Amino acid sequence: MAGKIKQLRMGLNGDEAVAYAVKQSDVDVVAAYPITPQTIIVEKFSEYVADGEVNTEFVCTESEHSAITACIAASATGARTFTASASAGLALMHEMLFVASGCRVPIVMAIANRALSAPLNIHGDHSDSMAQRDSGWIQIFVENSQEAYDSVIQAFRIAENTNVLLPVIVGLDGFTLSHTLENVDTLPDESVKQFVGRRQFTTVTTHEGKTVPFKLDPANPMTIGPIALPNYYFEFKRQQEEAMKNALEVIQKVHDEYAKLSSRSYGNGLIEEYFLEDAEVAVVCLGSTAGTLKTVVDGLRQEGIKVGLLRLRVFRPFPAEAIRNALKNAKMVVVMDKCMSFGGNGGAVFHEVRSAMYDVNSRPLIVNYIYGLGGRDTPPKEFRKILEDMHRMLHAGRVDKLVHYIGLRE
Amino acid sequence: MSREKSWKEISPAGVCSKPSTAFLTGDWKTFTPVRDLEKCTTCLLCVIYCPDGAIRFRSEAGKIEFDYRFCKGCGICAKECPTKAITMKLEKGE
Repeated sequence: MAGKIKQLRMGLNGDEAVAYAVKQSDVDVVAAYPITPQTIIVEKFSEYVADGEVNTEFVCTESEHSAITACIAASATGARTFTASASAGLALMHEMLFVASGCRVPIVMAIANRALSAPLNIHGDHSDSMAQRDSGWIQIFVENSQEAYDSVIQAFRIAENTNVLLPVIVGLDGFTLSHTLENVDTLPDESVKQFVGRRQFTTVTTHEGKTVPFKLDPANPMTIGPIALPNYYFEFKRQQEEAMKNALEVIQKVHDEYAKLSSRSYGNGLIEEYFLEDAEVAVVCLGSTAGTLKTVVDGLRQEGIKVGLLRLRVFRPFPAEAIRNALKNAKMVVVMDKCMSFGGNGGAVFHEVRSAMYDVNSRPLIVNYIYGLGGRDTPPKEFRKILEDMHRMLHAGRVDKLVHYIGLRE
Repeated sequence: MSREKSWKEISPAGVCSKPSTAFLTGDWKTFTPVRDLEKCTTCLLCVIYCPDGAIRFRSEAGKIEFDYRFCKGCGICAKECPTKAITMKLEKGE
C-alpha cells in the first residue's frame, strides 16, 4: 500500500525490526543485557553504536537488574531510554519495574516473550510478561515484525506523553517473531524522528518551591521517589492508575496519527476485530497467534460458521470497554492464554475478559483454552478442535468445562 | 499544620515537596549521644561515620557538636570513637 511517504521494504526478523525502530527513534541511552530470544535486538543495536550510526550512550551491564536500574536513572535525567529482555531477564528486573513505573520514567522495553524455568525452556510463551502485569507498565503485544517496528516507534510517544509518563513493554513472541524473517516496510529516518519528536516534560514543584521540568538537573535539584509513608503512598499509586486510564486514549491517538503517516493500522490501536460483527463465536488472543487464527476463521467462514477473532493489542491498560463493545453480540467467547496462572482457574487473559463481560446484559458463555506453553507449536488444525467443544456447549446453553488445554497429551 | 493533599494536588513520583531538613528525625531516638571533651581528640571519625550528618565540627568552635534535631540515636559515633569520648545515654538530648 503506497502511503504519502516512500517507504523502504526490508527483510527483518522481529528483533531486527525492533532494533531498527530504536535506531530511528533518536534514543539517548540503551542499557541492556542479552538473553535469548531478545539477543539480536541488543546485538544489532550495538552494531549501530559501533558503526557510529546512532548518537546513543550504550551501557553494557552485568545483569538485567542493573540494566533496568541504569535505564531508570538515565530516563530520570530526561534521556530517551530503551532496553530489551525476556524470560528470566525480565523476572530479574521485577523489583525495579515497580520503581520505574513509580518514578514515572517513560522507558520503552522490548520483550521477546519466552517461557520461565524450570524446566529450562528458551521458547515462546507469555509467562514472562504476564508475571509483570501488575508492575505498572503499559503492555502491547504485537502480531508480526511489522507491528513490532511500528509499535516501538509509537511506544516512545505513548510513554513520554505528559498525561501518561509510564514505561511501556512491547512484547513480541519469542522465535515465532523474534527470529523469523519478514518483509517490514520502514519509514525514512527523518519521518520517524519527526514523529517521535523531542521528549516532553511535565512540571513539578521542588522542595525549593521552584516549578521546573520533571527531570533530574543539577541546576534545579529534586528528589524523585525516595519515600512515602502511609499518609501519602496511596495517593501516588492512585496517580499511576489515572495515568493508565489516560493511556487508553493516548495509545489510540498515537496509533491513529502513525496510521496516517505510515498507512498501517491495527484495529483502533487497543483491539483488533476480525469478522466479529455477526460472529456467534468470538476467539480472543494476544500476539502472533492472531495470524494463525485469522487463517482458521477464514476457513470456518467458508464453511458458513459464524466465527470471529478479537486480538488484544494492548493488555495494560486493559481495554475493558472496547472489549465489551466488541464481544457483546457473541453467544460464546473463547479466550486463548499462552500462560498458566497456576491454581487460578484459567489464564490471566481469561480472568480479565470474563470479568469485563460481567456487566454485559446478555452475557456470552466464556471458556478458556491454554495453549502453546514453552513454544509448543499450535497449528490451525489444533484450533479447529475447539469447535467440537463449542458446538456441545452452545447446544446445551451452558459451560460444562471452564478451562481446556490444546495440544497437550492427556 | 498543613492539610494532607489529594492525589490530584501532589507532584508525581513522590517528588519531595520539602527538603529533608524539614523532617526533624531527631525525635525518633531513644538513646542520646553525649560527648566527653576531655577524651575527644577531634579526630572527626564520628563526623564521617554519622549517617545523618548530625555531627558538625566548626574550627572556630574547636569541638564537635551534635545536632539533636536530626540525630536518631543510632550509636555509630559512640561505637567508632577510638577514645570512647562518646557515650549513649537513655535520656533525650536537649
